[in-house]
Amino acid sequence: MATPAAIRIAERELLLYRRIWRENVIGAFVQPFLYLVGVGVGVGSLVDDGGGRAEILGDVSYFAFYATALLATTTMFNTSQEALWPTMDGFRWSNAFRGMIGTPLEPRDLATAFLLTFGGRALITSSGVACVLALFPSTRSLGLIGAVPAAVLCGLAFAMPIAAWTGSRDVDNTFPAILRFVVMPMFLFGGAFYPVEQLPRALETVAWFTPLWHAIELCRGLVLGGLDVGSALGHVGVLGLYIAAGWIACTIVFDRRLRP
Amino acid sequence: MHEGVIAAKGLVKRFGDLVAVGGVDFTVTPGEAFGFLGPNGAGKTSTMRMIGCVSPPTAGDLHLFGLDPRRDGRDIRARLGVVPQMDQLDNELTVAENLLIYARYFDIDRSEARARAADLLEFVQLRERSDSKVEPLSGGQKRRVSIARSLINDPDVLILDEPTTGLDPQARHVLWDRLYQLKEQGRTLVLTTHYMDEAEQLCDRLVVMDGGHIVAEGSPQSLITTYATREVLELRFGRGRNADHVADAAAVGERVEELPDRLLVYTADGEGSLATLRNRNIVPDSALVRRSSLEDVFLRLTGRTLVD
Repeated sequence: MATPAAIRIAERELLLYRRIWRENVIGAFVQPFLYLVGVGVGVGSLVDDGGGRAEILGDVSYFAFYATALLATTTMFNTSQEALWPTMDGFRWSNAFRGMIGTPLEPRDLATAFLLTFGGRALITSSGVACVLALFPSTRSLGLIGAVPAAVLCGLAFAMPIAAWTGSRDVDNTFPAILRFVVMPMFLFGGAFYPVEQLPRALETVAWFTPLWHAIELCRGLVLGGLDVGSALGHVGVLGLYIAAGWIACTIVFDRRLRP
Repeated sequence: MHEGVIAAKGLVKRFGDLVAVGGVDFTVTPGEAFGFLGPNGAGKTSTMRMIGCVSPPTAGDLHLFGLDPRRDGRDIRARLGVVPQMDQLDNELTVAENLLIYARYFDIDRSEARARAADLLEFVQLRERSDSKVEPLSGGQKRRVSIARSLINDPDVLILDEPTTGLDPQARHVLWDRLYQLKEQGRTLVLTTHYMDEAEQLCDRLVVMDGGHIVAEGSPQSLITTYATREVLELRFGRGRNADHVADAAAVGERVEELPDRLLVYTADGEGSLATLRNRNIVPDSALVRRSSLEDVFLRLTGRTLVD
């Protein structure tokens, strides 16, 4: 029985991951925990006790409001970085991807394998966050089980387009800008810290088009309730579009990069 | 049907306005060691990448094993081994893991891959380094890992792009010895090089490339016979004075090439020509007689030296 090409490529990633899994898994717990204590508890006490209006947050505590967004944002940060430097290594530095293309594998197989490898990384990260959220009564919910795959979609919606960008670059000088001016603003304005309705109308409209807003709404709704099926499907659909567009861009870019 | 393992006709590769390969014809027969000789930028690597089915030809006809890379790239690559100019190894993985992962790309199952990896590491004399990471290995050792890796699918044709560039002389000799053994096993080798000695040692037949074109073709010996004399007398008269002696040198040989630092006199008998010069009271600072090499062939064909 032939093993699908994308899985055989992912085996390499697994072998590499075995060298760093401890740090990575510990990080998946520690990072959200720090954010949660720093912002969720700290800012939360100000908001909830200091005259904040609970109805704006959907009648949940600020801690719960913010914590559920972390499922999406932590995964976003993690996979975005993964799609930059470590991916560049395969294209430009170790040239491992070029080596791959000399075998029966095709650039398209690599793009498909990225769905598996970034998806795997996103799964570990979002599971870590979910475990942390399960520690706190206000976010302990069966909905966390559904929020993990939702966060994986979020991770892929970032990783796939960014990987296409990485594949098109000769040098990594734009990478910090991607994090500062693309990823970071979404973190700030994508509804993690407050509902996007609080933003000026124009910015709110922008937020609707970002994958992060859809992912946060999805994760938050699944964990805290109050998500109707129609909106859930809508959010999944938008994330799916980003992933699909990213995959298509990857296939085109990788082919140009690896088979000039 | 197409003759030969590899057959190219009017093969062209353009990148925008740049013509990397400007229409080349060649045929590689089974079991032969075939070389592309030329300086950097001659179009060797572009040609190799087309042969390796990782760069689609812009125009012309290319067949490997009678298959067309445009249509059957996967099937062709399954039968090729590729040793790239720059090692493309996973530095974070061990030597053995590099081979195992590569075997998986060919869908070779794990136990079979382990057995093959052990044999191949034995062959390249790196068995004892199986479990060490690639990163700390020397350049020569890394290149041997690349060669072992390229053989993991038991390829019909092995493609080597500048296999010994950047290696020290001892490492080159170890590598040549391994490649020579592969040749004796009857494996078809296709290699590029800008080293004359490499081409002379390894190639049964070669083409000389310059500016994207093939300028000569034949066995190393036949090329030397056709385009050079049996011996070369190298004369050094000191800075700025070489040009003054071109006519003197031409009088004792068939042909003279003037290089910035020396004159090359092409002659059947180097010592004889030197003696004649001395009899005429023309005494160079230094003189050296050597056999003609492919370097001389290249100089004759292009008017330039191979390695600047």
